[in-house]
Amino acid sequence: MEQSGTERWKLTRLGLYEPDYEKDACGLGFLVNVEGEKTNTIIRQGVTVLKNLLHRGATGSDDKTGDGAGLHLQIPDRFFRKICTENSWVLPEADSYGIGMFFLPNDDETRESCCLVFDRLVAENGLKMIGWRDLPVGAEVLSGISLREMPFFRQCIIDGCGLSGNELERKLYIIRKQAEKKAAEIIQEPDIFYIPSLSCRTIVYKGLLMPDQVEDFYPDLLDEMLESAFVIVHQRYSTNTFPSWPLAQPFRYLCHNGEINTLRGNRNWMAARERDFESELFGSDINNILPVLEANASDSANLDNALELLYNGGRSIDHAMAMLIPQAWGDKYPIGPDLRGFFEYHAGIMEPWDGPAAVVYTDGQRIGALLDRNGLRPARYTLTKSGFMVFASEAGVIDLPADEVKEKGALRPGEMLLVDLKEKRLLKDTELKMALARRRPYRRWTQENQLTIHGFFNAMAPIKVDLDNLFAKQKMFGYTREDINLILKPMAVESSEPVGSMGADQPLAVLSEKPQLLFWYFKQHFAQVTNPAIDPLREELVMSLMTFIGCADNILTETPGHAHLIKLSHPILSNEDLARLCSLDEKGFKSARLKMQFPAGGDGNVLEKTLKDLCLKAQEAVETGYGLVVLTDSNLDPGMAPIPSLLAVAAVNRHLISCRLRTGIGILVESAEAREVMHMALLLGYGASAINPCLAFETVAHLAETGRLGRVVSPQKAMENYVKALRKGILKVMSKIGISTLRSYRSGQVFEAVGLDDELINKYFEGTSSRIRGLGLDEIAEEVNLRFKQAQPDSYRQNSIDILPSGGHYAYRADGERHLWTPQSISLLQHAVRSNNYDQYLEYAELINNQHEKQSTLRGLLNLKTTKPIPLEEVEEASEIVKRFVTGAMSMGSLSPEAHETLALAMNRLGGKSNSGEGGEDPERYKPHPDGSDRSSAVKQIASGRFGVTAEYLANAKELQIKIAQGAKPGEGGQLPGHKVNEMIARVRHSTPGVTLISPPPHHDIYSIEDIAQLIYDLKNANPESRISVKLVSEVGVGTVAAGVAKGHADMILISGYDGGTGAAPLSSIKHAGVPWELGLSEAHQTLIINGLRSRVRLQVDGSLKTGRDVAIGAMLGAEEFGFATAALVACGCVMMRDCHSNSCPVGVATQDRDLRSCFSGKPEYVENLMLFVAEELRSIMASLGISTVDQLVGRSDLLEQNRYVKFWKSAKIDLSRVLYKPEAPKEEIRCTRPQDHQLGKALDYKLMPEVENAINTGNPVTVNSLMRNSNRTAGTIISNRIASKYGSAGLPDDTITLNFTGSAGQSFGAFTSKGMTLNLEGEANDYVGKGLSGAKIIIRPFKESSFNPAKNIIAGNVLLYGATGGEFYANGRVGERFAIRNSGAKAVVEGVGDHGCEYMTGGRVVILGSTGVNFGAGMSGGIAYVYDQQGIFDLNCNLEMIDLEPLSEQEDIAELRSMLENHFRYTGSEKARYILDNWRDCLPYFIKVFPMEYRRVLGKMTSEDEAVERALPQDN
Amino acid sequence: MTKSKPQPVNRKEPGYRDLNERIGDYGEVETTLTAAEIREQAARCMSCGTPFCHDYACPLANVIPEINELIIEDRWEEALELLLSTHPFPEFTARICPALCEGSCVKGIHDQPVTIRQVEKMIIEKGFAEGWVKPQPPGARRSEHIAVIGSGPAGLAAAEGLNKFGFNVTVYEKDLNPGGLLFYGIPNFKLEKDIVRRRINLMKEEGVIFECGVNVGSDISFNYLIRRFEAVLLTGGTQLPRDLDIPGRDLDGVIFAMQFLRSQNKRITGEPLLHGEDIAAKDKNVVIIGGGDTGSDCLGTALRQGAKNVYQFEILPRLPESRPEDTPWPLWPRIERVSSSHLEGGIRRWSVTTKKFEGDVEGRLKRLHCSEVEWVSEGGRQVPVEIEGSSFEVDADLAILAMGFLGPGPDPLADQLNLVRDQRGNLAVDDRHMTSMPGIFSAGDMACGQSLVVRAMADGKTAAEDIAEYIDSRGRER
Repeated sequence: MEQSGTERWKLTRLGLYEPDYEKDACGLGFLVNVEGEKTNTIIRQGVTVLKNLLHRGATGSDDKTGDGAGLHLQIPDRFFRKICTENSWVLPEADSYGIGMFFLPNDDETRESCCLVFDRLVAENGLKMIGWRDLPVGAEVLSGISLREMPFFRQCIIDGCGLSGNELERKLYIIRKQAEKKAAEIIQEPDIFYIPSLSCRTIVYKGLLMPDQVEDFYPDLLDEMLESAFVIVHQRYSTNTFPSWPLAQPFRYLCHNGEINTLRGNRNWMAARERDFESELFGSDINNILPVLEANASDSANLDNALELLYNGGRSIDHAMAMLIPQAWGDKYPIGPDLRGFFEYHAGIMEPWDGPAAVVYTDGQRIGALLDRNGLRPARYTLTKSGFMVFASEAGVIDLPADEVKEKGALRPGEMLLVDLKEKRLLKDTELKMALARRRPYRRWTQENQLTIHGFFNAMAPIKVDLDNLFAKQKMFGYTREDINLILKPMAVESSEPVGSMGADQPLAVLSEKPQLLFWYFKQHFAQVTNPAIDPLREELVMSLMTFIGCADNILTETPGHAHLIKLSHPILSNEDLARLCSLDEKGFKSARLKMQFPAGGDGNVLEKTLKDLCLKAQEAVETGYGLVVLTDSNLDPGMAPIPSLLAVAAVNRHLISCRLRTGIGILVESAEAREVMHMALLLGYGASAINPCLAFETVAHLAETGRLGRVVSPQKAMENYVKALRKGILKVMSKIGISTLRSYRSGQVFEAVGLDDELINKYFEGTSSRIRGLGLDEIAEEVNLRFKQAQPDSYRQNSIDILPSGGHYAYRADGERHLWTPQSISLLQHAVRSNNYDQYLEYAELINNQHEKQSTLRGLLNLKTTKPIPLEEVEEASEIVKRFVTGAMSMGSLSPEAHETLALAMNRLGGKSNSGEGGEDPERYKPHPDGSDRSSAVKQIASGRFGVTAEYLANAKELQIKIAQGAKPGEGGQLPGHKVNEMIARVRHSTPGVTLISPPPHHDIYSIEDIAQLIYDLKNANPESRISVKLVSEVGVGTVAAGVAKGHADMILISGYDGGTGAAPLSSIKHAGVPWELGLSEAHQTLIINGLRSRVRLQVDGSLKTGRDVAIGAMLGAEEFGFATAALVACGCVMMRDCHSNSCPVGVATQDRDLRSCFSGKPEYVENLMLFVAEELRSIMASLGISTVDQLVGRSDLLEQNRYVKFWKSAKIDLSRVLYKPEAPKEEIRCTRPQDHQLGKALDYKLMPEVENAINTGNPVTVNSLMRNSNRTAGTIISNRIASKYGSAGLPDDTITLNFTGSAGQSFGAFTSKGMTLNLEGEANDYVGKGLSGAKIIIRPFKESSFNPAKNIIAGNVLLYGATGGEFYANGRVGERFAIRNSGAKAVVEGVGDHGCEYMTGGRVVILGSTGVNFGAGMSGGIAYVYDQQGIFDLNCNLEMIDLEPLSEQEDIAELRSMLENHFRYTGSEKARYILDNWRDCLPYFIKVFPMEYRRVLGKMTSEDEAVERALPQDN
Repeated sequence: MTKSKPQPVNRKEPGYRDLNERIGDYGEVETTLTAAEIREQAARCMSCGTPFCHDYACPLANVIPEINELIIEDRWEEALELLLSTHPFPEFTARICPALCEGSCVKGIHDQPVTIRQVEKMIIEKGFAEGWVKPQPPGARRSEHIAVIGSGPAGLAAAEGLNKFGFNVTVYEKDLNPGGLLFYGIPNFKLEKDIVRRRINLMKEEGVIFECGVNVGSDISFNYLIRRFEAVLLTGGTQLPRDLDIPGRDLDGVIFAMQFLRSQNKRITGEPLLHGEDIAAKDKNVVIIGGGDTGSDCLGTALRQGAKNVYQFEILPRLPESRPEDTPWPLWPRIERVSSSHLEGGIRRWSVTTKKFEGDVEGRLKRLHCSEVEWVSEGGRQVPVEIEGSSFEVDADLAILAMGFLGPGPDPLADQLNLVRDQRGNLAVDDRHMTSMPGIFSAGDMACGQSLVVRAMADGKTAAEDIAEYIDSRGRER
């Protein structure tokens, strides 16, 4: 569909789409002649590499427009000399002239004025314009969006007039920055003025192109005179198809694969620093380059901006990169003090630009690459003996003779590499970093200048509880009994956040009559698809809560003074810590206390004025030399009410940033209001440096003193526990959005507001999304005043008992927050479905639907418009409608088998779908029951733990659902404690009874948008008949993610509301992460339409759907299908105990306890009745709207209007018009009307199929040989699916089908392959080899001709054997990060692994013959690894939380190891294996057995003394 | 935090004093569990996320799960505070409430419910014993005066609430002792009069004024009331018993249950019995008509008085022993309930209708003519149909009609003011408890019809809030 710019413009203003959340990811690479020789060949090769990365990019809805591709090369001097000769221009010598590449407006007049402006700037800066060249382009290769949006292309040549090298480069940078500002005054959207490159060293050819269009589009590239020593290539995959020529990469200094998710914080901090920039190199030009970061540019573009500043400011390109994207350097990393000093010193200057990132960078003379600290992007390289190097997202992007190869490697997490063309050398990480670390005495500077405060962050001292005022203060700040009993108490006792279950069904803060803390209006962002969440427990070593106060002002210089900082090991200050800070008498660190208070009873104006005063006072304090601003709401003056701390902090922070005073100082918050993790996260996210939750400390101490915490917990211990819980919680909140360090989380504003007015947001929370408007300062003041009033002593009741209000957020209370699930609604629904009584159902529905008086949900604020009704008979039958209904994903571990099967039976009978949830399904259920009933879940879920995901499981699904996030706890993993893993669950999940099962927060094969396309492709291969769906959770930007997922060929996208249920999740996640589905669904629907993608993907919605009206509104906001989970459980007897996590469900729904399971009294008929009732109610609504089919209802938001009669004071200002916005589009473009093209036809398997067909059918062995290259992805999986469909998990006899491949295998080689298959690969492989391996044997060895030592080279990529359940794997070479992650059955032998080896492993055997990276065995609860450790430092690299290390002593272990090694040698010819076998007795002692403690206990191999010790597993829910 | 897993103990009730012992006195029949046992029982509570006991079942919205948690933690005083925050008089319901909460207890779906009433009893009695229950007079007095007419459960609860708000509260009671039904209706063996007096004294100490023996409307006029009080609350209860209009109704010895119970309560407290009040069952054949709680109270009383034979007839069929399908959880289960009195003797019969009272020549009741009925569906309603040939007679000297109440009946003040009544004869009130005359409020059975003590208290409590709001809003208008 053709989209016009206006429609996009309208969407950004009238609809829910926000361009800020556009994401992209990519394939990238570079080729370089290390010797520096410039050739034309390398450019040809670059183009080939680009084409071979095609599958990493994406195309838009028209299948013609690429998301962007380009090349970056050295200025081809010969070529430009030719051009100049043709034009009779005089060209100075190389390095003394600059070439500019321009995207210019198509309008002649505007273009000429732009060029004139530029000419003038060149002259003003003392350079000379040699000439402009209209660039020839082959526009005929374009069509669709890229053609329509195509700018005009010109190059210019500038005489350096004596300047050359770095000086000229800097001057050109200054000119470009000036030109950008000047041009912005002339041109208007959609005109483009953009300079892809302006340099004396390099030039960029890029555009909104597909890789195979690049050279046809830029005929320059075909010129044989074009020569360079290197070429960088980039192919983009953006989450949407909105055309943008400038956002194609490479940029001027780098190109990037991944996502910078700390971008907003980085932008804020950069802006805050700009005032202090000073540089001899720039001199007075410094102001001409401000602002440093381009507005409205992508994360990658901004990173490029920051890099060019630091580079032109005088740092080397590698130094600048190491500052921007530092490796992790925490205590657990084995690095030396100098390097740690380097990073610590620079941490005070620049916060990390964090997120998945593979970056290729160059200054034209040096070219390098770097990987983020988590190593979340693939980065492989090959070096030839002749000095040619290729680096790319994948191995095998270009054919190189095997005997020419000198080395095959991969970048490890946080590593850099650099080719120096002058030195003609490849510099590896160690050399590079040590050179950086020692170029200045950073370590000493840090030690000497950092401020040390005696006793800082030591044990806590007792505090005196002010008993007289404690209660009044608690009331003033809205404390409830729940806050104390359910939040603070568990934190103080168990040092962890409390856990709950089931979803949030209380009103949104803006709809609640109870005065709400401002905190409650915000919702956490979380990572989904475009970047991964982090595991804050198992991968804590990459995370840090350390921050500095007094960060450096001028980042363009480096002096010892830059290290004059206060270091806080974490942001929660005890009372003494605060006192110590406040009593500092150090220059620059004196503190000013400012009270966050305003006159009680004052309205919004008063509040505004007070805030302004507060900001001015803070400004004054900083200007007069105070370095610490302490904002306090403790000890307020009489008659004063507290300003919400978040508001005060955000206001002061913003103000100081706008005065450019923020960087050097610390904002400390002494808050009686803040108590929960979410509160701390918000305060930090909006600028606080550190927080002292004083009233929470007092409350906790009081609880301990009065014995409420049991006898063992002293007040000090309780406070320490509480702080620990906060720290863990903050790490968790950061990890959810994938941010590793607090330094880049701070001021990052990764929140969305629901129910706050635009004016308020723009003034105090600028940049935060708030899409339905709502409260302003008046209402906020009113809420504070209400609390203030309630806290005033009542003279009449002073003798009466007074207790805190109940709260009622987490459990239903008569005086607490309202809930939709109440005893009334639950019992009415149950009685209705049991007695098949539709009238009673309608009574229930009325309780939920009627929100005229009291609103709970956004949909409650909507009215159906009155239209011409039609008779009910004309409406689609209920029996048809229910086929669109599904039950939610609930695992076999969370539900009892009885409940799980009841749902499946009911949905199968209705023709709807039930969902297996995470954790597999008993294969018994795949077969029809003798009575004909079908107990198999139609939807099979693939979650991050991959439990029970076998070829057979995948083959038996009608739909395969990738669960990216869950409404109740998006961005988090889960944990099924060992005691819940009974025999049945263990069998289905392919694990051991009694062994804890951990689901990681992210899918380890989805770190980025292009990865999900790969997983979708894998699953489609694993079951070509099944549709593939992706489950997302509603948050701002989900529309953009949905567009990306649609481009990745998902057949259906599920948008879940934040209020969906859970079997166990931290309470703060249930309440504070994600937003209502109305917002997310509508955003996704609108964004998909505007991108022209809506017609090829279905939308499903779930999250607290309870009635036919809910369904109707879901349909009108864009959904075609509807999911119910809690309602279906209630129909089965659930009484919303909200205690699913304790296995004590009294009605047998959510328990594995045998006795309790017998209490289950649900019947499929009840669920069927529910679904039919809902459909019936929907029918009557449709009849009243004059709509006869659900298809016609989809997307009809024009039939909805906001109920303006609602009189509630807080909701009066809500505006839902953006939710209801209906983009203009033809009928067939507003719902799914055509299938996705999965491009399965090109799969290699189909080419091989004729040769293996007979073997599959008869079991007669067959061997097939085939060539292989990196574009052949997911090889073997379709064949495996045929075996699994026919034979189930039993498969075929070993080696029935042998496939011999030669070449570089594409991603997911041998994914989900079944027993009976043997995949032999000679060459190398990329990421995800043997993902979900289900019994096959995979063997990889280097090319026969290769001469390097395999044991030292990388032969396969990252995340191998992820979730494997069986089979064998042998690789003669090293493999990447996260080897055998979540393996539960495969046996594997490799010669070395990267970081996080055997993470979350629950079963299987792994032999590693070489070194491992850090964090080996994190979260490993089962299986055994044998590691050959000749260095004796293996334990240093292990995560010892859950594992024991011991020598091999038992005969069975030794025998097992030996037989695996023998196999390894036999299959791969490994020299190392042979050596070890030949020297068995000498080598054996170097083997270490990695034995998970829990696994050992279950196997009965603990000594009795050891067994007696109670071990606490790291908790995660 | 993981909640403490419920202990695998069974429901335990304290039971009653030995039958032979208790039948000989009027002291409280129910015994008590030990504090340790109560904690064990409280630990059976599952702290439901959606507690059905709390608000759905309990009219007072007692925060039962939280109370139980405090008990488990051995924090009795805090539990008492929490209990008293919703409930003015736990000591009454702890003895006589049917415990609707237990009928809706989630534990009761597949098991026996938690003994919520026993926990309540232990808390409040411990509170009195330990001296935690103290008079809590308002910290300051407001200028306004409020009259509460009637000192039954609703009137007391309202008075208590109003007094806490700082109003000057005067309670008018037509009898000599305050307490209404609590004092005169409920037998001493279920609720000892000292328990009622203990509370009244506490209220007096808090400043509530009780004026007893005053029949408002006849003894004092409306004009007096309106001059003295800013608001008047009528809580006269339901005074009109359902009658049985069959031959022989006017015979000597056919009485209403309340007459019978009242006379015994008066004997116990030593109040003089008025003419016609001196009714006793000693050596008599007694038939109680009506199978409900009041009937059972009469049964226990008659046995204690030394009746020769006691029958209790119920026209409805016998209810099942366990929860039937027509009242699924969490509804109050319609099951046959066996009271302490039923265990003490007497003969219960169901599906029995009384057709005629037969008297002797002196007009004294001698015999009842009854027959059995079966219930058949007629036009969607269940109606009793006499079973042919099932007639029987039973000798009786005393027939006690315990068939419920029809409404407040004539009321001097209400009638004088022509207060509007609803279809059932109750005083019509709006959703703020105000009758058709501004400033005149009504609560409890008088406004809602016959119900439970706990409902009357809850209604009285909210009426107090409504009156306070009414006075405040008048103040705002001025």
